[in-house]
Amino acid sequence: MKIFNFHLMPYRHVDLDAIGRNGSAWVTFSNRHYDAQKGAGLYHEYLDQMELADRLGFDGVCLNEHHQTAYGMMPIPGVLAGALARSVKRAKLAVLGRALPLVNNPLVVAEEYAILDNLTRGRLIAGFVRGIGAEYHAMGINPAYSQERYAEAHDLIVRAWTEPGPFAYSGKHYQFRYVNPWPRPYQTPHPPIWIPSQGSGSTIRWAARMRYTYCQTLSPIAAVARFFQMYRDEAEKAGYQASPDQLAWSNTIYVAETDEKAVREARPHLEALMNYFLKMPTEMLLPPGYTDAASMKRVRAAKVTGKPQSIDDVIKNGVVIVGSPGTVREKLAEYQDLAGFNTSLTKTQFGTLPDDMARANMTAIAEEVLPHFRTRLPQGARREAAE
Amino acid sequence: MADHIDQPITVAGCRIRLMRGGSGAPLLFLHGGGGAGIWLPCMATLAKKFDVIAPEHPGFGASDTPPWLDTIADLANFYLDFLDELELSGVHLVGSSLGGWVAAELAVRNASRLASLTLIGAAGIHVDGVAQVDPFLSSEEQRIRDLFHDPDLAEAVIASSERPELEDAALKNRMMTAKLSWQPRNHDPQLRKWLHRIKLPTLLIWGEQDRLFPPAYAFAFQKLIPGSKVVVIPRCGHLPQVEQGDAFAAELETFIGGKRIAA
Repeated sequence: MKIFNFHLMPYRHVDLDAIGRNGSAWVTFSNRHYDAQKGAGLYHEYLDQMELADRLGFDGVCLNEHHQTAYGMMPIPGVLAGALARSVKRAKLAVLGRALPLVNNPLVVAEEYAILDNLTRGRLIAGFVRGIGAEYHAMGINPAYSQERYAEAHDLIVRAWTEPGPFAYSGKHYQFRYVNPWPRPYQTPHPPIWIPSQGSGSTIRWAARMRYTYCQTLSPIAAVARFFQMYRDEAEKAGYQASPDQLAWSNTIYVAETDEKAVREARPHLEALMNYFLKMPTEMLLPPGYTDAASMKRVRAAKVTGKPQSIDDVIKNGVVIVGSPGTVREKLAEYQDLAGFNTSLTKTQFGTLPDDMARANMTAIAEEVLPHFRTRLPQGARREAAE
Repeated sequence: MADHIDQPITVAGCRIRLMRGGSGAPLLFLHGGGGAGIWLPCMATLAKKFDVIAPEHPGFGASDTPPWLDTIADLANFYLDFLDELELSGVHLVGSSLGGWVAAELAVRNASRLASLTLIGAAGIHVDGVAQVDPFLSSEEQRIRDLFHDPDLAEAVIASSERPELEDAALKNRMMTAKLSWQPRNHDPQLRKWLHRIKLPTLLIWGEQDRLFPPAYAFAFQKLIPGSKVVVIPRCGHLPQVEQGDAFAAELETFIGGKRIAA
C-alpha cells in the first residue's frame, strides 16, 4: 500500500464558537475571523509538515482545494504545490483539487499542472474535481452547469496535454482560437489523473472507464467498500480488471501509545473537524443543479448534514482509524482487505490538532505503520467474504 | 363550470402546461421561479374582462425541459414563438419576478404583438447597494417566509407546500431557476442598455415589503423604461398577485383601462 500525507490546511486557530454562531465555516463565515499573522504561521507550519512527511518516507504528499472557508486555506493549491515542488525531494505530489468547473479558462489548469510536473520531474498527480456545492456559492459559478463544464474542461485539458498545438477548440462553455500551452507535461502522455468524489455513481463509472484512480472522500468503510466494488464492476463492464492501485481511500489516522490515549488526544481536534469545520446547511452543500433530482431527494430524505458526530461514531463506522500502533495496523489491514484499495490518503493533521501532536503522529505512523504496509496488497478473502 | 382550462399545448416543438380562461383582450401572465402553480383568485377576477393565458415555462413544473433552454433570452424567444403560433395580438404582457425578466427581455426584442407591459417584483437588472435575501442559501421554510409580508400567510403556504407529490416539481423549478439566474445573479448586465426601446405603456407593480427585489428595483426600472409608472402595494411582499390579489387586479385593470382611454 502507498500511504500519502493528505493535508487540508485548516485555519486551526479559528474561534469555533464563532463558526457555531454562523452555522458554518464556509461562504458566509466572515474573513474578519482570519488573522494574517496566525495564518502565515500556519502556512509555514503545514508546509514544514509536508516536507517532514517526505523525509519520513510517506509515499506522497497531498493537497486539496476549497474556497472561502476556514476548513482549508488552499483556494489556489498550485501555489502551495509550487512551494513544495523543490523541497519535497522524493514523494509524489498530488493536488486533489483543481475544481475544473470553477475556472473560466481550463487551460490555466493545464498550464499549472504542466509546470508542476516539470518542476518535480514527473512526480505530479493531477486531481480533477467538481468542487463541493459551497464552492458554487463562493465562486459565482452556476451549479446547473457543473457537470457540463467539468466534462468539457477535462476533455480540453487532456487534449492540450496530448495533441500537438496549436489547435482551435470550440465547445459550449469554452472556446479558444489557439490551444498551445507551454510547457508540456513532463510525464508521457500526461500526469496520472486522480478523481476524488463523495461516491457519485456517474463519477465512479466514468473514472473506471477512463482508468483513472478513484479516491473516496470521508465515508464509512462499508460505503467505501461498496463504491470500490462499483468501480471494479464498471471496469469489468469496460473490459478490463481494475487494479487496487486505481483505488484510494481518504481517511484520518491518529496513533498514540495506547488506544485510550489516542482517542483522548484526538477527540477535541477530530470533533472540531466533524462538527465545526465541516458543518454546513444542505442548501450550501447541494445547490440546485449540482446533482440530479434523484440524488437531491435521497440526501434530503437522509438529512445527512447537521447532526453532531463524536469520535466514537467515526471510529466505529471506520471513517477514521485512531489507536495504538497495533490497533491502527490491524484496522488498516482489515479495511484494505475489505475495500480492496492500495493507496491511503491519510490526514495526519486534522481540525485543530497542533503542530507538535501532528508531527508526533506522523512520526509514529512512519515508524509503526508504514513499514508494515510497503509491500502489502489487499487480501481477497476478506472482501469475498464481505460480498 | 370551470372558468379556465388547464391542459398541455405544444409550442415551437415544446410541450408545456397552459392555463387559460375568460374572454376579451389577451393577457399573458409569465410566472416566476416558483413555477406556474394554481389558477390564482386574481386570475379568475381578471378573466371576467380578459382572455387570461398563464403558461408554465419550459423547464418548469409539468412542462417539458427542452435541450435548448439555457438562458432567459431563450425563454423570451420561446414566448415570441408562442405569440406567433397562437396568433395573439394586442397582448397585455404581465410577468412576475423571473417571469418579469422574461417579459422585459421579450418586449425589448419584439413588441409588435404587445399592447402593454406589466412587471411585478421583476428580476433582470442589478441595482447596487440594495439589501436582498439569497433564496439559494435559505432553508425551504425561510425561502417561503421571505416571499411574504404577512407571517400567517407564509406559515399557511409552508404548511400547504409540505406535500410529497409536490417535491418533484419543486426540485425541477429550483434547478431551472438556478440554471437561468445563478450567474450573473438574477440579471443580465446587457438588458438595462436596451430597456429604453420599450415604447409600450408600462406598469411596475411592487410589494412594499419585497425582500427579494425591494421597491428600489421598481424605481430603477422606471428610470430605464420611458414613461413607465410605479405602483407600490402596501403590506405586501414579493408576490402581490398572491398576497394582495384584489389590489393587484384592480391596479392592473385601472392601468389597462386608462391606457385604452388614452389610446
